[in-house]
Amino acid sequence: MRFGIRPGSTLERAMAGNAWFVYAFFYAPIITLVIFSFNASSRVGIWGGLSTTWYANIFRNPEVWDALKNSLVVAAVSTVVSTIIGTAAALAIDRYRFRGDRTLDGILYLPIIIPDVTMAVMMLLFFARIFAFVDSFGPRLSLGLGTIALSHIAFNISFVAVVVRARLGQLDKSLEEAARDLYAGPWETFRRVTLPLIMPGVLGGALLALTLSLDDVVVTAFVAGPGSTTLPVYVFGLVRRGVSPEINALSTVMLVASIALVAGSLLVQRGPGRTSDLAHELAQE
Amino acid sequence: MTSTIAPEDHSPEEAPAVAHEGLEARAAVAERRRGFLLGLPAMVYLTLLFVLPFFIVGVYSFATRSATGSTRLSDWNIDSYVKLFDPLVVGIVWRSFWIASLTTVICLVVAYPFAYYIATRSRAARNVLLVFVMIPFWSNFLIRTYAWRFLLGSDGPIAQASEALGLGTIRVLFTPVAVAIGLIYGFLPFMILPLYAAIERMDWRLVEAARDLYADGWTAFRKVTLPLTKSGILAGSLLVFVPSFGAYVTPEILGGAKTVMLGSYVVRQFQQARNWPFGSALSIVIMIIMLVALIARQRSGAREL
Repeated sequence: MRFGIRPGSTLERAMAGNAWFVYAFFYAPIITLVIFSFNASSRVGIWGGLSTTWYANIFRNPEVWDALKNSLVVAAVSTVVSTIIGTAAALAIDRYRFRGDRTLDGILYLPIIIPDVTMAVMMLLFFARIFAFVDSFGPRLSLGLGTIALSHIAFNISFVAVVVRARLGQLDKSLEEAARDLYAGPWETFRRVTLPLIMPGVLGGALLALTLSLDDVVVTAFVAGPGSTTLPVYVFGLVRRGVSPEINALSTVMLVASIALVAGSLLVQRGPGRTSDLAHELAQE
Repeated sequence: MTSTIAPEDHSPEEAPAVAHEGLEARAAVAERRRGFLLGLPAMVYLTLLFVLPFFIVGVYSFATRSATGSTRLSDWNIDSYVKLFDPLVVGIVWRSFWIASLTTVICLVVAYPFAYYIATRSRAARNVLLVFVMIPFWSNFLIRTYAWRFLLGSDGPIAQASEALGLGTIRVLFTPVAVAIGLIYGFLPFMILPLYAAIERMDWRLVEAARDLYADGWTAFRKVTLPLTKSGILAGSLLVFVPSFGAYVTPEILGGAKTVMLGSYVVRQFQQARNWPFGSALSIVIMIIMLVALIARQRSGAREL
């Protein structure tokens, strides 16, 4: 009776049934897609034997490689920058009282819930104005990988800050105080005590930023220039034209990459218990 | 975090407070400055690339669209806002609102017992069950939406199977139902995770106490569990409702011409229609809904305390 529901009761069995239903709902579509990506038939719904033709096709496609390269460049830059800025912001809010701390806290939450279309419009108009302003002085700026990376950093800072704060919230502050008592300066305390302790949170935040950057379609599509198409934007363009076995194959590759990232995140954060930090932080904000 | 170096005993009252007052005040100033400097990059970045763009959108919504489709930042007017009351636009906003509401309610009804179930398993089981929620949470949203396009398509596995079984053709793709399925599929993890967090950290002794005081199971749930997990319900609902209301990718892939939602309509203003002022006004509508939802949550959360 510890949790208020009797084990083996009808209610508990109904909840177990609901849980299995949710897992089936989550995984059946993905698994079906993966299976049919190996379908030899070009009619996507009819099984025509095993084949890896579609994989060969996408790997031979230079557009896919270009888009992948753009995606990786943008994701790498935006992850590194947003991890540094986001971690600093999390430390500032969690550890210090300063002028504007509440404002920063409030602003940090908005990019997490704002619908991506709104974010996309904001970024597009911002760059349009900035370019109009700068162009009047001579240099000609244009949309491209740079504007995509700047936009991704704008939403990634918040996600990194949330994850790092969750980690900071669990830290035993007496460890840092002990370091200070032993005459460690603020920088040394940070480098030798605080940073190693929050490292799982920092890496978790970085992986979330990397994932979000690699997944983004809408914001990227708005601020991408000619020749700076990323992989999701390229796939989105294909998907709008309809279903094809090539998209199935490409989707499978991207899903496997996502799952590899989750596995990586679980490893660096030492156990899935840490993943619930994000849940706790989302619930509290 | 100033440490006074007290010999032998550590009682703070006996620390020579007067002699250190100037030192402590200076240390406090240094601490504040350090916090400010750490927060500064985020503050500057988000002011430039979030707050400022927010106001630029506001400014554009009062601008004029020229005949060529370019925007003139002059002749300020409220035409874009008047246009919001066009029956076509009201219809799109209303459709987005009810599809997002339906998505949120279904997610809540499914996710609450689900989160309750996994949060009440043993620690080891809980971790495994949670990982299998995290995988879809981390997987590419576009690809997950595309999976439904593939499944529900006229040539897809479901249609083929139902034809083979003689059940006739099922037409779901390009209807609001397909869009709702896609949104639920996409955003369900965002409902589960905060609910899980709220249920997991609940103090179960309070439920026990209620039962000891002769509350039946349902009453104990309604009067104790539900209020204690309210923060999770509110957080999850917000994280599902707001992105669903402004959704673009899902209605674009799974919806048809008759299921246009606000997000798609906004994008259309910037791409095909080239009416930036009107697109900006529509974005402002999404932001207002977002802020209203945020404030509503803040207030009901505050009442709880």
